[in-house]
Amino acid sequence: MSDLRELYQTTILDHNRKPRNFQVPEGANREADGYNPLCGDKVSIHLLLEDGVVREVGFQGSGCAISTASASMMTEAVKGKTKAEALALFQRFHELVTAPPTGPAETDGVGKLVVFAGVREYPMRVKCATLAWHTLKSALQGSGETARTE
Amino acid sequence: MTGPLDIARARADFPILATRMRGRPLVYLDTAASAQKPQVVLDAIRDFYEQHYANIHRGVYELSEVATGMHDAARETVRGLLGAAETREIVFTRNATESINLVAQSFGRSVVGEGDEVLITTLEHHANLVPWQQLCLEKGARLRVVPISDAGELEMDAFENLLSERTRIVAASHVSNALGTVNPIHEIVSLAHERGIPVLLDGSQAVPRFPVDVTEIGCDFYAFSGHKLYGPSGIGVLYGRRELMEDMPPWMTGGDMIESVSFEKTTFAPLPQKFEAGTPDLAGAVGLAAAIDYIQGLGLEAIAAHEEELLAYGTQLLLEIPDLRLVGTAPHKTGVLSFVVDGIHPHDVGTILDRQGVAIRAGHHCAQPLMERLQVTATARASLGLYNNQDDLDRLAEALREAIRLFH
Repeated sequence: MSDLRELYQTTILDHNRKPRNFQVPEGANREADGYNPLCGDKVSIHLLLEDGVVREVGFQGSGCAISTASASMMTEAVKGKTKAEALALFQRFHELVTAPPTGPAETDGVGKLVVFAGVREYPMRVKCATLAWHTLKSALQGSGETARTE
Repeated sequence: MTGPLDIARARADFPILATRMRGRPLVYLDTAASAQKPQVVLDAIRDFYEQHYANIHRGVYELSEVATGMHDAARETVRGLLGAAETREIVFTRNATESINLVAQSFGRSVVGEGDEVLITTLEHHANLVPWQQLCLEKGARLRVVPISDAGELEMDAFENLLSERTRIVAASHVSNALGTVNPIHEIVSLAHERGIPVLLDGSQAVPRFPVDVTEIGCDFYAFSGHKLYGPSGIGVLYGRRELMEDMPPWMTGGDMIESVSFEKTTFAPLPQKFEAGTPDLAGAVGLAAAIDYIQGLGLEAIAAHEEELLAYGTQLLLEIPDLRLVGTAPHKTGVLSFVVDGIHPHDVGTILDRQGVAIRAGHHCAQPLMERLQVTATARASLGLYNNQDDLDRLAEALREAIRLFH
C-alpha cells in the first residue's frame, strides 16, 4: 500500500490522531465557519488578529483525516504570520494540492505542508485539504460568511 | 419457477465487471446507489436506436408505430413487474425523485392545506423528504416524522400515534437506502387506510431486490428508479391507483399530455399521458423493460435468496473486524452493510478501499437527518447486487483490515 502512504503520510495520520490547536484561543477576535456539503465536513477557525498579524489561531469541527490534519497543520503554519503572508501561503498550498499529478510538485515555500503533495493524486479529496484554508481566508477577510468548498 | 442464481453466469452478463480498477479486478459494492447494466440492456437500447427509433404517438408511418408499440410494451412490462391492475396506472418519469415530486405537487397540493399534516419517517432518503417538507412550508402544513430504534427500525407504536385527523398522506420507504431496513409496509398501509389516509411508498431499494406486488400491498402510490434496477439512468416509474390519479391535476403540461388545445383552454389526455408531458425517454423505457425481463428471467426470489445469503456472510465477516461497528442492524434487511470504523472517517475508508479496487460509498447517503438520529456524521456503505459473490466480500474485509493497519 505504498501509494496510500503517499496520501496518508505519517505526519498527516499523527495530526489526525492528535490535532494541534484544537481549541478556541483566548481573546479570539475573528472567526469563520467552513462547510463541505459534499461530505458534511465542518470546521470553524478562530483567530486573534492584532496589527494585521495572526497572534493566535485554533480550530474546531469534525472531518476526515485529510481535512483534520490540514486544519491542524495550517494553524501551526500561519501562527505569527501577517494576513498577507497567510493568504500567500494558502495560494502556494492550493497550487501544491491541485497541480497535475504528472509533473513535479509545487513545493516552494510550503515547508512542512509538503506532506499534502499526495492529495493531487486524489481530485475528490482536494476539497478536504483546502476546507480549513478557505475558512481561514473568510476569517481573515472578516466576511462573516460560511466558507464553502462547492 | 427458476432455480438458484448461477452467479458466475450472471457476472458474465455485466461487461463492466471485467474491468480492472487500480490494477485489480473491480469489486463493485455500490449497487444501492446505482446498479451496473447487463449486456441485454445495452443491446436493447442500441437496437432500439439502430432499428426502431422514431417519436411515438403522432407518426403515421410504420417506424413510429413500431416505436409506439415498444414504448407501450415497456409500460406493460412494468405493470407486470409491480402487479398493478392496469397499464394506465403506470407513469414514466425520470426517476423516483420525479415520481415523488409528481405526487407531492399534484396530489399533495390538492389535498394538503393549512394545519394539515404529512407523515414521513426518519429513514427517508432526501427524495422522499424534501418534496414533502417544501409542500408543508408552502401550505402552512406540518411535516411529522416517525422515529426509529437504534437498530434502524420504525417505531410502529409511534407511527400509529402520529396518524391524526389532519394527516393527509403517509410517505415511507419500502426499504431504507442507508441501512437496508425493510419496513413493515403492510402494517403501514393498513393502519393508514383504516383512517382513510393514502400511502406513497418509495420502492427504489425494494423492486430490484425481491418481488413486489402493489395490488397485494394495497398502497396508493409506488415510486422507483430504473437505474437501480439494472436499467438505464433517466427513467423512473410512478404507480398510482387509478381512482386517485384520475382526479389529480396534471403537474407538467405541454405536448403529448393533451387531448385538444385552443388559445383559451386545454383538455388533458387520459391516464397515463396526462402525466407525461413532452417526448419521454423512449430508449430508457425500452432499456428498463429489458432490465425487468432480465431480472425476471433470473427470478426475483432467487435474487433475494442470493442477497440474503451474501448479507449473512458479509455481516459475519465485518463483525470479526475489530473497531468496526455496523450501523443499521434490523433483523429484516436487504444487502446493505453500513458501518463506521473507530478512528477512521468514512471518507478515508472509501479512499483506502478504492485504492484496492473496492468501490463503496461514504457519506450521508442523502439521509442527513437519519445520520443525525444515529449520531454519526457519515457512514461507509457496502451494498450488494445480484452479481456480487463471496470473493467480493472477502476483498472488502481484506481492504478494511488494510485501512485499519494504515491508521493504527
